Amino acid sequence: MTVHSVELADTAVGPARRARGWNASLVVGGLIVGLLIVMALLSFVWTPHDPTLVNAAARLQQPSAEYWFGTDKFGRDVFSQIMVGSQTALFVGIVAVGVAALVGVPLGIVGGMGSRWVGETLMRFNDLLLAFPALLLAIMFAAVYGGSTLVAMVAIGIASIPNFARLVRSGTLQVMRTEYVLAARAAGRHPFGIGLRHVLPNVSGLVIVQMSVGFAIAVLAEAALSFLGFGTPPPTPTWGRMLQASQELLWEAPRLAVFPGVAIAVAVLGFNMLGDGLRDYLDPKLEDRR
Amino acid sequence: MLLRLLRRTAVFLASLFVSSIAVFTFMAVLPGDPARVTLGVNASDSAVQQLRDEFGLDRPLVSQYASWVHGLVTFRLGDSYVSNAAIGPQIADRFQVTLWLVVTGMVIAVLIAVPVGTVMAIRHRRLSGVLLSGLSQVGVAVPAFLAGILLITVFAVRLRWLPANGWTPPVVDPGMFLKQLVLPAFSLGIVQGAVLTRYVRSAVLDVLREDYLRTARAKGLRPGQALVRHGLRNAAIPVVTMLALQLATLLIGAVVVERVFVIPGLGSLLLDSVANRDLIMIQDVVMVLVVAVLLVNFLVDLLYIAIDPRLRAGAS
Amino acid sequence: MSTANVTASTSEHPPDRSAVLAVRDLSVAAGQRRLVEEVGFTIHAGERVGLIGESGSGKSLTALSLMGLLPGELTATGSARLGDHDLLSGDEAALSQVRGKDIAMVFQEPMTALNPTMRVGHQVAEALLIHRARTDRRSAHAGAVELLAQVGLPDPAVVAHAYPHQFSGGQRQRIMLAIALANDPALLICDEPTTALDVTVQAMILDLVVRGVEQRNSALLFITHDLAVVATVCERVLVMYGGRIVESGPVLEVFTRPRHPYTQGLIATSDLAVVDARGRLATIRGSVPPAGEFPAGCVFRNRCDHATQACADRPPWTELGDETGYACFHPVTHSRRGFDD
Ligand SMILES: Nc1ncnc2c1ncn2[C@@H]1O[C@H](COP(=O)(O)OP(=O)(O)O)[C@@H](O)[C@H]1O
Ligand code: SF4
Ligand SMILES: [Mg+2]
Repeated sequence: MTVHSVELADTAVGPARRARGWNASLVVGGLIVGLLIVMALLSFVWTPHDPTLVNAAARLQQPSAEYWFGTDKFGRDVFSQIMVGSQTALFVGIVAVGVAALVGVPLGIVGGMGSRWVGETLMRFNDLLLAFPALLLAIMFAAVYGGSTLVAMVAIGIASIPNFARLVRSGTLQVMRTEYVLAARAAGRHPFGIGLRHVLPNVSGLVIVQMSVGFAIAVLAEAALSFLGFGTPPPTPTWGRMLQASQELLWEAPRLAVFPGVAIAVAVLGFNMLGDGLRDYLDPKLEDRR
Repeated sequence: MLLRLLRRTAVFLASLFVSSIAVFTFMAVLPGDPARVTLGVNASDSAVQQLRDEFGLDRPLVSQYASWVHGLVTFRLGDSYVSNAAIGPQIADRFQVTLWLVVTGMVIAVLIAVPVGTVMAIRHRRLSGVLLSGLSQVGVAVPAFLAGILLITVFAVRLRWLPANGWTPPVVDPGMFLKQLVLPAFSLGIVQGAVLTRYVRSAVLDVLREDYLRTARAKGLRPGQALVRHGLRNAAIPVVTMLALQLATLLIGAVVVERVFVIPGLGSLLLDSVANRDLIMIQDVVMVLVVAVLLVNFLVDLLYIAIDPRLRAGAS
Repeated sequence: MSTANVTASTSEHPPDRSAVLAVRDLSVAAGQRRLVEEVGFTIHAGERVGLIGESGSGKSLTALSLMGLLPGELTATGSARLGDHDLLSGDEAALSQVRGKDIAMVFQEPMTALNPTMRVGHQVAEALLIHRARTDRRSAHAGAVELLAQVGLPDPAVVAHAYPHQFSGGQRQRIMLAIALANDPALLICDEPTTALDVTVQAMILDLVVRGVEQRNSALLFITHDLAVVATVCERVLVMYGGRIVESGPVLEVFTRPRHPYTQGLIATSDLAVVDARGRLATIRGSVPPAGEFPAGCVFRNRCDHATQACADRPPWTELGDETGYACFHPVTHSRRGFDD
């Protein structure tokens, strides 16, 4: 894995790469993520129906011009719920990825720049944290404090720290071997300055890619948490809880599972593809190695 | 080699220690008063005090921790605050169920991932490779519980081939056991397989670039032969690492899948305990899950020493 | 040196020496980019031919295309006949019968060329088993031990049981040589086999290579950028630059009377260099451009002191004799020490 700046990596590969043309992952992933953001923002000001409005007269409607995705057993509009559900997914993602990056990136840089001992200790700590996946942490939190959006965000964020720390550390180790860092060290620059001036800019590409992938992980984990009832409490609709509610109606209305299911899968797919696309864009030499 | 073994063992033991402290702190110290959490805010003070006495919650934390760890090691975990049932046998019982699920799921994942990932790597420039790659990308985007719900919809609701949920121990009715195992195991396996496929692909791609594979071809081995005889063993190293790391995900995925299929495994026990605010039970179940993950990672480290002669010799 | 001498050495292929390898119009391309262009040469039975040129000239790609082991993104065109086989046919089944049996190769980097998880003896024995030189494991193992002894590894039986990481680079290169020589190939290709090694080890490996091919009457294509090595190992030399062969001929002829300015530059910068008339040690100015950025016409034009307008066209091959010639509009003349005296 290389950590060149974008221009460096580009010239190293040259015309062959550019001739290959457009980066499908980047475009499709970017489009999906863009749509998701638009949908979430739009849902603050407009949804076709009130997503929480119970309407006994309109129970379990088939999709129609009035209810695009139909209604659930309380007569609530599924499409509106999906729209509002994207708010939670994105919000949890933003905070969780933010927490993970804010802790993981400095840890990774320190682990890569510090002594061998520091680095090894950090990696062992990372391995340990990997034994506590987001869901397990969230269950522990929820057992003590009850389920909430905050619990979901913090649990997912903490569980994602190792992903960032590991990646940034390996990137840092490579940057530390480059000539300009060796020169800066020889010139007696303070490690903090080197970290800020040389390492951080060079690993930022990796971090951006991981953020996109981390978003995908967060959306998955959030869905699982709300499916189990440890995430955002009712009445705010979430995709996971919609799925959970659909379970008792699989015989009558399987579409109630399909719509939130597709929403989750498409959102995750979008962030994963965006991550892949960004990786190719930032470092074309890796194109074959995803 | 001995040094490496000792170091690995030390790291393993240290991990166990640190994680037990973390779990204990989280579940027994941070809540402030576990007895109050268990009984709820409306419980009378005397009831709370009685629970405290009964479970020694007034003792110093260090001694509480020591007796908990002692209980874990001897697997005498005492009784639940809530149900007063013995915790140890319950966990052992439920763990068996979860193990069936996880192991079958993992086998399915490997059976999918190794061939598909290898084909994806070999054909990565062709349409078939790209299509498979896209398919695995979709698989990665589907959480196990969603896969479970979809499988139920198709195979239980529509086609009526398999039961939608439930669990029968294999000793009671092997046929029923298998029928009920299929859908939950595939829910775990398909999803995990999709994730693993991508690692197999990149591991095989890496190996295909290795000089020694070129040497193997230069001897006169066909590409496929060279890959099988010289590549797969080396590609196995990163894949097995990934498999071990995924075990945590798989175990936790099983928690959710158990809920979908109403299976009385460790996950259901954990979720029920959360619902009952049975802190000591949660603490024990979480610890058992963490120990399982750490143990497998430790065993995988030992496995490397068997696979890779460089490690066996103690060279770094 | 006299004119008579030169003509003698250029046309002096004994008639019984049949061609082992005949390469015609070999080109290697990455998409639109041509990395090796219209290379042609012949190697006779038992002959030792050097292929020299700076790094990035296309030597390794030439060798790999003969082995049919180019990386997937590169394609080779032209023809390369080894006996009855066309090495560029792309017929994988047929080629794998030839590889390791009739044509074998030792690579530049010994540290990574062996499988780290397989015993050395097994890796050598495999070469014997694949082509049915031995049919059972036990005798293949015995054959492997013998081959390991031939390449001068002490305690070959112990070596056979060890793993690659237990050996130094020089020892690993011996093992690679044992693998390559296992089936007495008609042609052995060595791609800078000693470049990654200590100078002290180099001579021993070179000696083994030469002895190995002599004993088997194998032809040798020896790639290096070290002219002194070519002078000791090879009889004939091909000079490559910018993916083309720019000069070829008997080693003595080419090294004492280079016609192509590039060859002249190579010699001047090498260990064989003699100080020129004014006492300066010459160098080739500039550096090898990356693939695809060589000038049109003569690839050496941007670094050549003799370049003229004419050099914007591609210089044709000037044949001086059998397998001897150059591609240059303004060849170096050797009036003072050459033909004219
Ligand atoms: N797989 C490849 N893709 C694109 N260009 C390549 C590839 N392999 C080698 N090249 C380029 O082809 C040229 C010749 O390479 P090579 O044959 O390895 O040179 P040599 O062995 O003479 O040093 C170099 O400029 C190199 O960068
Ligand atoms: S053809 Fe021209 S540029 Fe090329 S080597 Fe000869 S003199 Fe120099
Ligand atoms: Mg080379």
